[in-house]
Amino acid sequence: MSRIHDMGGRLGTGAVDPQDGYDFGEAKDWHKRALALNVACGFLGQWNIDASRHARELLDPQDYTAFSYYEKWMGGLADLMVDRGVVTVEELASGQAAGGAPVSERAAKPETVEAVLMNGSPYTREAAAPVFAVGAKVKTRRPARNVTVPGGHTRLPAYAAGAVGEVVLQHGAHVFPDSNAHFIGEAAEPLYAVRFTAQELWGAEADPRDEVVLDLWESYLEPVA
Amino acid sequence: MPHDHDHPHSHLPSDPALRVKALETLLTDKGLVDPSALDAIIDLYQNKIGPQNGAQVVAKMWRDPSFHRQMIEDPMPTLQEMGLYGRQGEHMVFVENTDAVHNMVVCTLCSCYPWPLLGIPPGWYKSDAYRARAVREPRAVLAEFGVSLPEGKKVRVWDSTAEVRYLVVPQRPAGTEGLSEDELAALVTRDSMIGTALAQDPLTEEPGA
Repeated sequence: MSRIHDMGGRLGTGAVDPQDGYDFGEAKDWHKRALALNVACGFLGQWNIDASRHARELLDPQDYTAFSYYEKWMGGLADLMVDRGVVTVEELASGQAAGGAPVSERAAKPETVEAVLMNGSPYTREAAAPVFAVGAKVKTRRPARNVTVPGGHTRLPAYAAGAVGEVVLQHGAHVFPDSNAHFIGEAAEPLYAVRFTAQELWGAEADPRDEVVLDLWESYLEPVA
Repeated sequence: MPHDHDHPHSHLPSDPALRVKALETLLTDKGLVDPSALDAIIDLYQNKIGPQNGAQVVAKMWRDPSFHRQMIEDPMPTLQEMGLYGRQGEHMVFVENTDAVHNMVVCTLCSCYPWPLLGIPPGWYKSDAYRARAVREPRAVLAEFGVSLPEGKKVRVWDSTAEVRYLVVPQRPAGTEGLSEDELAALVTRDSMIGTALAQDPLTEEPGA
């Protein structure tokens, strides 16, 4: 039940090309423009980072595979814009604006955009104290899924579902993407870094020395005696 | 949130450059985007923010034990004072390579990356191949980057599944005791802070062993 974006462990992808896209300054103009458009449209305040990730995840698997990176961003952005009522399908199709938009007063301004971006947008929140201590053994949910919204956004990768690991860091309480992506509240939960042996995740063919660490929210985890 | 089988983006032009142009024009006409704000965003990430920021932090960590302790224990107040803070870098964790452990960072679900310290991620970091394989066969991926690790060294891969951003602190090359912070920073490549390279060896100017 995983979506196409859930890439961890996928077979058949070929080699990594270390020369691919060495520097943003050398990127094509439309790549830079696409990045800037996505960043700027975030200023409109009509969605959050989790919703924008989910919009890209909802691309048709054939589009997701065929699209280059910034095409995925453009696809997700256009879909979000329509879904949130900022533009209409007719406007996208015709390229003609059928009127202004009330949220335009929030549009990113050249004189303040840098300061806003450099100001950050922290995701830590006041919430319940963590249940699991560093060193605690935990098991992840299986299957990896959003338990509130069927087919919804989650940050538990399929490859780490149903695996036993050990808490190595407590990160405090963070906004919960499984809720926030669907505009049903931030629902912050304790977040942990959890370490798994490579063999726990991939079986005996993995190197017995190696480990993978994931950041996981408390409700993805259950205690292991 | 958009729904399955409902893809308004398909109404945009098929050529990607034209698609971006069409969307920018429409949003500009609607007053939602100011093209000069886009220019400012591009200028920020092209000219002001990049791996030189992270390299400066790593070099300072190598030279200054109290700064090193701050970065390991509670880095955010100091990074904010240094102006090395912002979107996609609100919650930094520094993971150090040692004789026993080599660290490597990936985002299997999308392309999370510490923008204020490393800038915009390179193409390969966002590729299906890196996202798929870094967690499953990190040593094979390292080999494609020309890195082979000493026998017995553990590889620890950090999958950035939340808003915490990890930066690898590479091992300081031998024979660099007399170098200044700027000279050391020049040895700290972007890839060495992602974990797909080692810091450069000043004697060979190659990624050191």
